Amino acid sequence: MKTEELIRVLVADGGRPVVPIDQALLRALGLGAIASIALFRLLLHPRADLAQAIYSLPFLFKLTFAVLVAVGATLFLSEAARPLPPHRWLRLLILAPLLLALGVIVELKSEPATAWAAHLIGHNAPHCLALIPLLSLPPLVCLFAALRQGAPMHPMLAGATAGLVSGGVGALLYALVCPDDSPLFVATWYSIAIAIVTSAAAYVGKRILRW
Amino acid sequence: MERSLQGDTCAYRELLVHLTAGLRNVVRGRSRAAGVDAEDVVQEVLLALHLKRSTWVRGTPVAPWVAAIARNKIVDALRRRGQRTEVPIESVMETLWSDESEHEGDAYDLERVLGKLNDRQREVVRAVSLEGRSAQEVAVRLQMTEGAVRVTLHRSLRALAAMFASGAQ
Repeated sequence: MKTEELIRVLVADGGRPVVPIDQALLRALGLGAIASIALFRLLLHPRADLAQAIYSLPFLFKLTFAVLVAVGATLFLSEAARPLPPHRWLRLLILAPLLLALGVIVELKSEPATAWAAHLIGHNAPHCLALIPLLSLPPLVCLFAALRQGAPMHPMLAGATAGLVSGGVGALLYALVCPDDSPLFVATWYSIAIAIVTSAAAYVGKRILRW
Repeated sequence: MERSLQGDTCAYRELLVHLTAGLRNVVRGRSRAAGVDAEDVVQEVLLALHLKRSTWVRGTPVAPWVAAIARNKIVDALRRRGQRTEVPIESVMETLWSDESEHEGDAYDLERVLGKLNDRQREVVRAVSLEGRSAQEVAVRLQMTEGAVRVTLHRSLRALAAMFASGAQ
């Protein structure tokens, strides 16, 4: 085929306005989040003392952590989905671990050492490790579908970032169920759960996000 | 670029023609050394630019974005033919806008993968490419709706790019 002919075909296909990739990603995230909320309502119930918990600092800490992970990773994702080196938003990703470290330090200072182990182990760590990945799944699938339209410079990084976004969404929803508000618990089990989602997504991304 | 993304086909044609000249400059030297038909690689890059145009950010310079996509595809194309190559992005940027340009004709890879589309897809692509018909005209001739023609055309292009990417030729 002649190149002129190819151009003719491309022009014929290019007659409609294009949705920029970051908009496509945001839509996918919205859709995935709605699906996650539906799944949540189907399977789980928010903890009974949610109304009071809203006013407790550790609970708010937990929510803030999840929001920071999700928002920071979302901003970075729009860059990771492109063929040019990512730059601006990468630094934002440091906020969530910083907050976590701060929370842990405050807890270690204010609680007696004898209580640490109990806080760390919490009530239901396996629950946390299973439910966060489960609730992350819908946004992850939607984000991958959108990322396939993208041209990520590093497919593995783009996949991992999508995993981080989804892990943040999953953690945010799970936080409404989880009775453990201790920063020690969050720093350990939430992090592990989010890391599981992120590494799985990196693995898949490396395979299916090449273009 | 801005107007092209809003669906202005004249602007888009102009842009693609302009880029093609630049891409030929970039690709020629490298592919000759690798024993690859340059025009094949140019076409593969054009297809990628088209399918990935949503990743260009409004208001940012077009050249680095084109260079990034072109480099990725050039490396891919050469690697697939058994060459390990480093293509520094700076060299892609430099040659992209240099003025010399020649017209070259046919390429073969695209022809080959075109044969792997299904009949309907191939018919639509042919009608647009050879006869320069609009989606509307193709729709009338093939007794399809205009929407169906557009969808078929778009799917065909994605299928072609996927075949390139998987190295099926």
